[in-house]
Amino acid sequence: MLPTPLDLYTQTLRGLASQWWWPAVFKPLHFPQISRLIGSNPFQRSNSINAGQSNLSLEKKMWGIVRQKVGAGASSIPALQRIRPAASSSRYYSSAAKEMTVRDALNSALDEEMSADPKVFLMGEEVGEYQGAYKITKGLLEKYGPERVLDTPITEAGFAGIGVGAAYHGLKPVVEFMTFNFSMQAIDHIINSAAKTNYMSAGQISVPIVFRGPNGAAAGVGAQHSQCYAAWYGSCPGLKVLAPYSSEDARGLLKAAIRDPDPVVFLENELLYGESFPVSAEVLDSSFTAPIGKAKIEREGKDVTITAFSKMVGYALKAAELLSKEGISAEVINLRSIRPLDRATINTSVRKTNRLVTVEEGFPQHGVGAEICTSVVEESFGYLDAPVERIAGADIPMPYAANLERMAVPQVEDIVRAAKRACYRAVPLAATG
Amino acid sequence: MAFHVRKSTAKIIPHFRNGMSFLGSLEMGFLNSYSTHLRSTSFAAHKIGTRVLGSENIPAHLSARRFESIKVGKQVASVNDDRDNQVLEFPGGKVKFTPKLSFIPDREEERIPCFRVLDDHGQPSIYSNFTQVSKEIAMKMYNDMVTLQTMDTIFYEAQRQGRISFYLTSLGEEAINIASAAALSLDDLIVPQYREAGVLIWRGFTLREFASQCFGNKYDYCKGRQMPVHYGSKRHNYFTVASTIASQIPHAVGAAYSMKMDKRDACAVTYFGDGGTSEGDFHAALNFAAVLEAPVLFICRNNGWAISTPISDQFRSDGVVVKGRAYGVCSIRVDGNDALAVYNAVRAARKMAIQEHRPILIEALTYRAGHHTTSDDSTRYRPAEEMEWWRVAKDPVSRFRKWIESNGWWNNEAEAELRSSLRKQLLEEIQLAERSEKPPVADAFTDVYDVPPSNLQEQEKWLRKTIKTHPQDYPSNFPL
Ligand SMILES: Cc1ncc(C[n+]2csc(CCOP(=O)(O)OP(=O)(O)O)c2C)c(N)n1
Ligand SMILES: [Mg+2]
Repeated sequence: MLPTPLDLYTQTLRGLASQWWWPAVFKPLHFPQISRLIGSNPFQRSNSINAGQSNLSLEKKMWGIVRQKVGAGASSIPALQRIRPAASSSRYYSSAAKEMTVRDALNSALDEEMSADPKVFLMGEEVGEYQGAYKITKGLLEKYGPERVLDTPITEAGFAGIGVGAAYHGLKPVVEFMTFNFSMQAIDHIINSAAKTNYMSAGQISVPIVFRGPNGAAAGVGAQHSQCYAAWYGSCPGLKVLAPYSSEDARGLLKAAIRDPDPVVFLENELLYGESFPVSAEVLDSSFTAPIGKAKIEREGKDVTITAFSKMVGYALKAAELLSKEGISAEVINLRSIRPLDRATINTSVRKTNRLVTVEEGFPQHGVGAEICTSVVEESFGYLDAPVERIAGADIPMPYAANLERMAVPQVEDIVRAAKRACYRAVPLAATG
Repeated sequence: MAFHVRKSTAKIIPHFRNGMSFLGSLEMGFLNSYSTHLRSTSFAAHKIGTRVLGSENIPAHLSARRFESIKVGKQVASVNDDRDNQVLEFPGGKVKFTPKLSFIPDREEERIPCFRVLDDHGQPSIYSNFTQVSKEIAMKMYNDMVTLQTMDTIFYEAQRQGRISFYLTSLGEEAINIASAAALSLDDLIVPQYREAGVLIWRGFTLREFASQCFGNKYDYCKGRQMPVHYGSKRHNYFTVASTIASQIPHAVGAAYSMKMDKRDACAVTYFGDGGTSEGDFHAALNFAAVLEAPVLFICRNNGWAISTPISDQFRSDGVVVKGRAYGVCSIRVDGNDALAVYNAVRAARKMAIQEHRPILIEALTYRAGHHTTSDDSTRYRPAEEMEWWRVAKDPVSRFRKWIESNGWWNNEAEAELRSSLRKQLLEEIQLAERSEKPPVADAFTDVYDVPPSNLQEQEKWLRKTIKTHPQDYPSNFPL
């Protein structure tokens, strides 16, 4: 017989077993909360579920639930109403800029599109009664009823296929994956069914569907829950692939995605859901959409262009801030749209700054950065004053151990260093010239 | 594919931009080819039904059978007896004709009963022909159930304190965990979901090994690569837990097939939840296991919930047990909170699986007494009384305790002593695991492939160089 994967696995374990070693003595540390528990009913739960947890660890919850204090207080009011007292009171917007979380931005976008178009409906694991594993669909079951907010069995291939069928037949499904990691079970319907049917039917059958959910690395959830699918879906013709960063992006792009006649893969980020961003009156207006295929310049600069999407836009902005202290002016491009890719905006910027750093959390090989690099080499080669710097996740499955995990995803310092490399390499030349 | 454009769906027509005529012909085309297909099928059936065949003269599509267990020769020989044409000879056996137009009901009038040995008071049923377990086995079973319960309680609290990123308990499912493990042999391969840590306890995985995995330190067998609770140990014949629901079920069938080829006196055992049965993988696995005649036990922990989804939203069948028959798999429903029932059912199933080369489906009825994971607060979707009833009236650990106490094998002092020593041990192990070194940098790069290719070697070199030149950007508390 051929060696099975398990045999290879044994070899690894055997190697490790020989390292087995423990310090001979150790002093027990004080362990107050556990000792409090000793002697109590093992089933009893602590009432303050969040006790002792940082916001970050609260945010980093996987498929489970971002826990919020239960209660009938403000948190049970649908997100939209928290921002605007009445759905149509546009007078409200004329006041000063408001803050809105990405979660509320997504929720309000769904709400408005469902209210505007009866063909829009939601489907996915736990989107109804539970209001979504990350509470993106909060209040929608109550408002639109179980015919338009469907809780599904755990069958990703099933509900993706059913969504595609409903889209063939004129509905506009918004399918939630608890995380995009589980879209792998359904990828046949996303690519072979959704992306290709309009083409194969010579335009007779359009597929106006949105696949949405958190994508990319969360924190502390290991290899099978921490993967970026931008490059995967971005390589497939027929799909549009969007990756919002801010609340403005989230609202504008999701509304555009739902209205779009083509299938859209909408890649959110779990760690951004709870983040607040300022939103203008225009963004809050129910007619607001952001154009698909257009990048946004988040920060103008003249020395180096940094491209990023999703959570990495925040990192790029932080890096730009640090770089500015060292006299380097970085231009940060928020890609927003992975496919179509806004090559024009990227190349215009590079022609101005002459340097490029691409940032993404996914794997480097055949990644989004690779595509951007190619575009710049093809269209703006003569303008480059330094080799393109590409920052990506490590070329390994995501480890769990916190120290290894941190090294496997890009950090702000990595971006700063890459930008400096790009600039310093050119600076001495300019100085001697 | 045919598109049935009904009048009532006129509103969708604009989406089919060229109107209906094309669709009309598409549908016709589909019907044509389908009816050709039907014709050829009935032609084949006709041939089988009328020709007298010797066993050497078996039609080609029947002779393709590989296993003698299907008695092709006999089937074909009996064709002659059915002169009045009351049966159809069809691959798989005779099918009787009936003049009655009736549908098979969606379910039996009575639900499939549940095998139980111990009642809620820990008293064995006088009618049950169960195998008694020895005192020694019973004591280990109880010890391990309490160990699992205590470990879950303490690790859960450690997560609450932010010491590990994630945890989930098997509370309420201790009997399924431990009793099924007790009924198996160590040679049986476990292909788990994630709520079966108890099987590892039974097999001798130590509390230190559990703690090392949850804390992802350098002693973890998986080198800090997996989330907490995603244990795996080749030494214990326990496959590494996968996060993707149900993906383990077909893996178990593949492994069982390999065990059968090797003529091993062992089977593969896979566990999964009620929710997992909705994934296509479950259905493919059952079907293939039947066709491949693979020695595999499918143990479904039907605990009523999949995160917040109740089983009524998961399926409309009489639970999971009835799905076995549709795939030709022997099945049993068992009280998952009765350790003796689980033990007996799994033992019998194992014997059948190995001796008769067949898969068995076991549906164990139970309740997820804890939250789904540390990311969940189930009081938001489950009635408190429901949870309370299962925890108090149906607790599998106290039911088993009543039984061993009534045998005179256990008492209050022994109970207090066991629980306090377990807690002490666990607290020590947690502290030790927490203070142990994290996995070294090199561990990030090994095992991506059997041998690290040059790009990974470069990546590692590059990382080490960067850490050296920018030490302030990296945590200092891990080994290079
Ligand atoms: C393919 C896939 N889809 C969704 C999830 C998210 N998820 C994790 S556990 C779970 C519920 C599983 O329920 P069940 O199979 O009944 O097991 P239980 O937790 O009750 O033991 C879900 C939906 C996942 N891990 N993998
Ligand atoms: Mg379940």
